[in-house]
Amino acid sequence: MKGNEAIAEAAIRAGVDAYFGYPITPQSEVLEYLTLQKPEERTGMVVLQAESEVASINMIYGAAGTGKKVMTSSSSPGISLMQEGISYIAGAELPCLIVNVVRGGPGLGTIQPSQADYFQSTKGGGHGDYHLIVLAPASVQEMADFVDKAFELAFKYRNPALILSDGLIGQMMEKVELPAQKARVAEFDQNWVITGKKGRERNIITSLNLDPEKQYEHNLKLQEKYRKMNEDVMFETFECDDAEFVLVAYGSSARICQKVVEMARDRGKKLGLLRPQTLFPFPTAELSRLARTVKGMMSVELSAGQMVEDVKLAVNGRVPVYHYGTPGGRIPSPEDVMEAVEEQYVGGY
Amino acid sequence: MEVNEIIREENLVYRRTPLMTKATLSYCPGCGHGTIHHLIMEVIEEMGIQEETIGIAPVGCSVLAYDFMDIDFSQAAHGRAPAVATGIKRLWPDKYVFTYQGDGDLAAIGTGETIHACNRGENITIFFVNNGIYGMTGGQMAPTTLDGMKSTTSPYGRNSQTMGPPYKITEMIAQLPGTYYVTRQAVHKPGPARKAKKAIRIALEAQRDKKGMSFIEFVSNCNSGWRMTPNDSNKWMEENMFPFYPLGDIKVAGKLVERS
Repeated sequence: MKGNEAIAEAAIRAGVDAYFGYPITPQSEVLEYLTLQKPEERTGMVVLQAESEVASINMIYGAAGTGKKVMTSSSSPGISLMQEGISYIAGAELPCLIVNVVRGGPGLGTIQPSQADYFQSTKGGGHGDYHLIVLAPASVQEMADFVDKAFELAFKYRNPALILSDGLIGQMMEKVELPAQKARVAEFDQNWVITGKKGRERNIITSLNLDPEKQYEHNLKLQEKYRKMNEDVMFETFECDDAEFVLVAYGSSARICQKVVEMARDRGKKLGLLRPQTLFPFPTAELSRLARTVKGMMSVELSAGQMVEDVKLAVNGRVPVYHYGTPGGRIPSPEDVMEAVEEQYVGGY
Repeated sequence: MEVNEIIREENLVYRRTPLMTKATLSYCPGCGHGTIHHLIMEVIEEMGIQEETIGIAPVGCSVLAYDFMDIDFSQAAHGRAPAVATGIKRLWPDKYVFTYQGDGDLAAIGTGETIHACNRGENITIFFVNNGIYGMTGGQMAPTTLDGMKSTTSPYGRNSQTMGPPYKITEMIAQLPGTYYVTRQAVHKPGPARKAKKAIRIALEAQRDKKGMSFIEFVSNCNSGWRMTPNDSNKWMEENMFPFYPLGDIKVAGKLVERS
């Protein structure tokens, strides 16, 4: 099935309580699949097409405050529209899932795949000092698997989680093993949910602290939470043990890079790949460790160079870090990447 | 000593509902917000639904409404309260959900969310306080500011030719099939306040009976923003606001009311 359909089916099976969304290419299959599947009959899941992405994310904000599992999906311009609401959700510390099937930008851009929303996804995106938990699937299987994983982390940290996909993963068809059906959760943490103050003091969902001292304390608490997320960092390494040069790539770029590594290994070249599965938290420690054994790294992205900044921060000048990128919706071939690697890392080849 | 201990019981005609918290209201003396808060909480007390009610606070003067009303509350981004309420109500259809919004919030930045929540017939209640001005930010022109009315961003008076005329969003949403009960009330005197309280009861009972959207506009004053004394602002409201925003029912039980 398609990556977008896998996300939708996995959402029903994860026992998600509601989906609020708005159509946009290349992710419209999520809402289409959900409405076709009649999840209200399968699990009682609510599916509603909102009047805009702005309304969608605010429906998510309201529903997430009641402790239920709620999600939305969109593509780049729609995610931009949601940023105010996402900032409120992060500020009020509510769990939810947002899926971004990224397309090329800026502006209306193109409907072709892109990874140019890395900064927006991992550095906050809206106003204020906050982070989302960001998962980057590289296959249709991971599109399905990361839905449940995202909710697990979102509820663990009471923080919005984002699946950062792109038009390639969203539209491509692969075999997928779907997770078993989970029951919808019926118990809610009465310490913070707003479901009516029966049997307890009232709860208030807000991101407003007019007192700067309180806002300061709240921000410190958030930062502590973001640091703690490092214990849930996820990544995969491929042929890194004896590698002299390592590619760093996530999502569809990582699929291309895996082919590049295979090509290099066939030629006897010691190339490896590190694929972050979480972009926030970022595998900083692992990259820092690799920097002691390799002679260079290259961040390969469908962007003009975004993740490369985090790779450089992790490597901290120990070895050269290069970037190969194709912004604007163009997808490179493995040969294109191979050429760039050989150009930058002549010594090893 | 509590006030209620001083007044003999047989003389007690009014008591402060315990559903209002003990926090001191942050509104300017003379403002209608406090009265509207009280009326809503009195009805919630009388209906016995405090533990099943969830309120949504807007951005504006009533951003801190949750400090005063002793029920579960969610604050919302500017204008988005009807979407936030939709998210809650769709997942908890048996709870009572209301938004409390001002004119800038509901009729300017939140127009889309207002119209679409009304059009879908979301089974919620919207309390809309229209004082014709942005109070919280210091008295700027609102979508409901009257023609010729001065504000800090229409210092020479609103010029409808260049700034657009004030508009009646309440009459607009009454046209939508999703609205069940639409009315315009005021709370500046005991008589209108009693009528407003009845309207609040009708609205929340409509929600209980799953009839769809109930929408109450309160035409109110902003004595600070209007740069008037409380008494003068109420007189000005009667003379200027009420002719343009006439009080009374607009739609009852899903049917538009014939108005002269």
